[in-house]
Amino acid sequence: MNTNLKTASRLLLMALFMFGFGYLLVPIYDILCEVTGLNGKTGVVQAEYTQSVQADKTRRVKVQFVTSVSAGLPWTFRPVVRDIEVVPGVVTSVNFEATNLAGTPIIGSAVPSVSPSVASKYLNKTDCFCFVRQRLEAGEKKIMPVAFIVDGRIPKHVDLLTLSYTFFPALKS
Amino acid sequence: MSYLRILVLGGLIFLPVAAMAEGNVNSNTWGLNLTRGVTPFSKEVYDLHMIVLWICVVIGVVVFGAMFYAMFAYRKSKGAQAEGWHENHTVEAVWTIIPLLILIGIAIPATHTLIKMEDVSNAEMTIKVTGYQWMWQYDYVDSGISFYSKLADDSNFARQRGSGIDPNSVENYLLDVDTRLVVPTNTKIRFLTTAADVIHAWWVPALGWKRDAIPGFINESWAIIEEPGVYRGQCAELCGKDHGFMPIVVEAISPDDYKSWVAQKKQGDETPVVSKGSSGELPYIASRSDQVELPKE
Amino acid sequence: MSELTANHDEHSHHPTGIKRWLTTTNHKDIGTMYLVFSLIMFFIGGAMAMIIRLELFQPGLQFVDPQFYNSMVTMHALIMIFGVVMPAWTGFANWLVPMMIGAPDMALPRLNNWSFWILPFAFSLLLITLFLPGGAPAGGWTMYPPLVLQTGAAFPFLIFAVHFLGASSIGGAINVLATVFNMRAPGMTLLKLPLFVWTWIITGFLLVASLPVLAGAVTMLLTDKFFGTSFFSAAGGGDPVMFQHIFWFFGHPEVYILILPAFGVVSAIIPTFCRKPLFGYNSMVYAVAAIAFLSFIVWAHHMFTVGMPLAGELFFMYTTVLIAVPTGVKVFNWVATMWKSAMTFETPMLFAIGFVILFTIGGFSGLMLGVTPVDFQYHDTYFVVAHFHYVLVTGAVYSLMAATYFWLPKWTGYMYDEALGKWHFWLSTISVNVLFFPQHFLGLAGMPRRIPDYSVQFAEFNVISSVGGFVYGLSQLLFVYIIVKCVRGGQKATDRVWEGAQGLEWTLASPPPYHSFNTPPDPSTIDGGVR
Repeated sequence: MNTNLKTASRLLLMALFMFGFGYLLVPIYDILCEVTGLNGKTGVVQAEYTQSVQADKTRRVKVQFVTSVSAGLPWTFRPVVRDIEVVPGVVTSVNFEATNLAGTPIIGSAVPSVSPSVASKYLNKTDCFCFVRQRLEAGEKKIMPVAFIVDGRIPKHVDLLTLSYTFFPALKS
Repeated sequence: MSYLRILVLGGLIFLPVAAMAEGNVNSNTWGLNLTRGVTPFSKEVYDLHMIVLWICVVIGVVVFGAMFYAMFAYRKSKGAQAEGWHENHTVEAVWTIIPLLILIGIAIPATHTLIKMEDVSNAEMTIKVTGYQWMWQYDYVDSGISFYSKLADDSNFARQRGSGIDPNSVENYLLDVDTRLVVPTNTKIRFLTTAADVIHAWWVPALGWKRDAIPGFINESWAIIEEPGVYRGQCAELCGKDHGFMPIVVEAISPDDYKSWVAQKKQGDETPVVSKGSSGELPYIASRSDQVELPKE
Repeated sequence: MSELTANHDEHSHHPTGIKRWLTTTNHKDIGTMYLVFSLIMFFIGGAMAMIIRLELFQPGLQFVDPQFYNSMVTMHALIMIFGVVMPAWTGFANWLVPMMIGAPDMALPRLNNWSFWILPFAFSLLLITLFLPGGAPAGGWTMYPPLVLQTGAAFPFLIFAVHFLGASSIGGAINVLATVFNMRAPGMTLLKLPLFVWTWIITGFLLVASLPVLAGAVTMLLTDKFFGTSFFSAAGGGDPVMFQHIFWFFGHPEVYILILPAFGVVSAIIPTFCRKPLFGYNSMVYAVAAIAFLSFIVWAHHMFTVGMPLAGELFFMYTTVLIAVPTGVKVFNWVATMWKSAMTFETPMLFAIGFVILFTIGGFSGLMLGVTPVDFQYHDTYFVVAHFHYVLVTGAVYSLMAATYFWLPKWTGYMYDEALGKWHFWLSTISVNVLFFPQHFLGLAGMPRRIPDYSVQFAEFNVISSVGGFVYGLSQLLFVYIIVKCVRGGQKATDRVWEGAQGLEWTLASPPPYHSFNTPPDPSTIDGGVR
């Protein structure tokens, strides 16, 4: 029955396509997140970009810093300042402090998250300790900087931004 | 086959719905209905719930009423003759459009409520809620207070298999914690939820919402608690073995009492709360630092 | 293939005994195997449900540990979804689709045999995990990371079992679709197909389109756990919420895979016992297609609490409540079919009426759950548990039982015991409501789902629910007895079986010949899909 095999192979092709589509959903999701700020990941900008942004000196936005440490990572991690008022368009830098409580060196990586999520695309970092993995020797305390710009186009109703970092044990490989 | 059976069946279905609508909201046992809660949002949610419930009851009465009438009236045993028609475009159009209109009627207030829920601006304080397997950590981001909150010992003893302790003898069995989350009333509180290991969900029914706590991400919600009191809740996302044993207790006190609670907490609690295993996060001591470059005019 | 000498009857050219079942490519044999398998799994999954209700009978932990309890919750769901309802629908499709469209057999008989025999293998993989160190999967059937990555030795078994189950279902779906598209008798146009066939066409496409997405998602879990990818791990730049999006992109079509064939069954049974054509055949077909389309754009209503942007929450609320429109059309059509008809109430009809009423109650709670701000309260409580058991137990399972009683006399050639059938219906219907209705109250009063122990304020309704559960569980033994009794003999069934039965399958003998239609039926007997 040739027609049966034809129908079956078409349907099989459709199934294979949908399997691929499942994987395609990953980049689609990432793009969607970037556009809408869906999961609150922050943007990264090049240093040149910072010069082109106009500072809006009439506005102040409060940026609040919170930190978490994943279970399984014996570190303490805190922002040096709790919050700061920034002028949109001006590069601001703040420090975070991490301490390794364990007796062995450990590598960690930090993951940023911004709330409200709509604001995440207006918070851009020029430099961040989260761009690379951080290795802390046994008992070491490390001060780590973040430099960021709040885009002047941030919606007017956003008066408070929270920038969160969570340290995870770095994955192998 | 008797009419009685159909009546019994009908009764079984309708009576509880009616009972739910009439249910005693405040009673602890035999609780039937959603709590009205103590925040502006929770009250709107309750009203919305009742509106949709009643719409469903009315539609149910009409549709099931028609069905039961048909089952009584058009029985072959009573000599009913089947008619042959099987289409009527007008009727079909009507019962497509009417439900659509009802749905639009539901969607409008629901949209209003949802927009309010998502407006977190002008919050007066922020509390970060972190889910752990299996307890909660609360950070008062503005005042630097931080502690863990886990199942109270008496519940924890009683809930062990073969403990021999009657759960009925334990006050607030499984709904009590060692350290309560203390918050001021009539204050817009912003909650940031996150987790340290797996996904949890922070749920206090009296606040009117639950929010997932997702490792690596923060979610925000808000509440203004209008009445002082103790409000209990539980983790609402399967998070492993002891998912059922990480309750939440919120104690709302007047803003003045809250101020003195903060002062006392900051003085007395020098020792960090004991953390389990290697999770290792200690409460940070907040201070302003010179290293920060403040933006210059 | 067969060394047996050919004897006189047409059944002779295939092996007998165990080999007959292992190598069979006959649609009826395979259909029977699917249905028997599904019935066995129904009792395995049911036994797990009994353990759950036993532990929840009283506050405090009496019988099982929390971890084992979570395993029971997880396995119960996986077995009931993938082991009971999906194979049962494939079994019914195997038995009925060739007979309904006037074909001799299924289009791809060997694929058919393979699709079935993957199933016992997959479930052996899944059930064996109960004896592995660390126990069976306990992260919920939804397999959310990071929790599911904490599964012990059972993890790869779970993933591969899901792969095999998916492959089996896709094979079954391809077969049904190929049969319907290529093997219809002359004169059997698409808009004359019985609604069961129509709902299966749409179910087939949903299966082919959504199960591979699940396969992709669990493959990502597998590589996240063992091969260092980080699709869902925040630490490596992934997002655990993305799994939920991908999972429910499969998961919502999946719930319609479970329920669409039920619509088809009920649309066959109600007109038969009303002795009146189905009201609005065309709108039934369009409604099913609309529901299937909508099912791909509502997935995030399973995850309103993950913290989506407002626009997303509004979009998924609107699309979700919109499903009520085509679903409502179907219910109204069934009621209209009853209007001015001549009804009798044999067991299949009772189960079909029970389906319409109780599934509609599940639909109401579904509408309530679709309203996002209120869902922030309902989400992950017993209200949700009550909702999906109303649509799946009194929905899908009820229609499976209705279908069994309806076509069993055709398959066996004997009538089942009508009195016992009615007993089965009334015992089931009373107990299932005692079992699940109080769970609405528990959820509203604040009891989260998937907890092994609860605060004493929830004790009363849990006792009632458990008692209902035990009675419901025991009542199903009666179902098995009735089936066995019917298979072994009884009053001879006529070819038409039911006075009002319409459709090609009733023109065959009871029981039907080994190959359904060796010569295509007379086109004039094809009366169009209105019945």
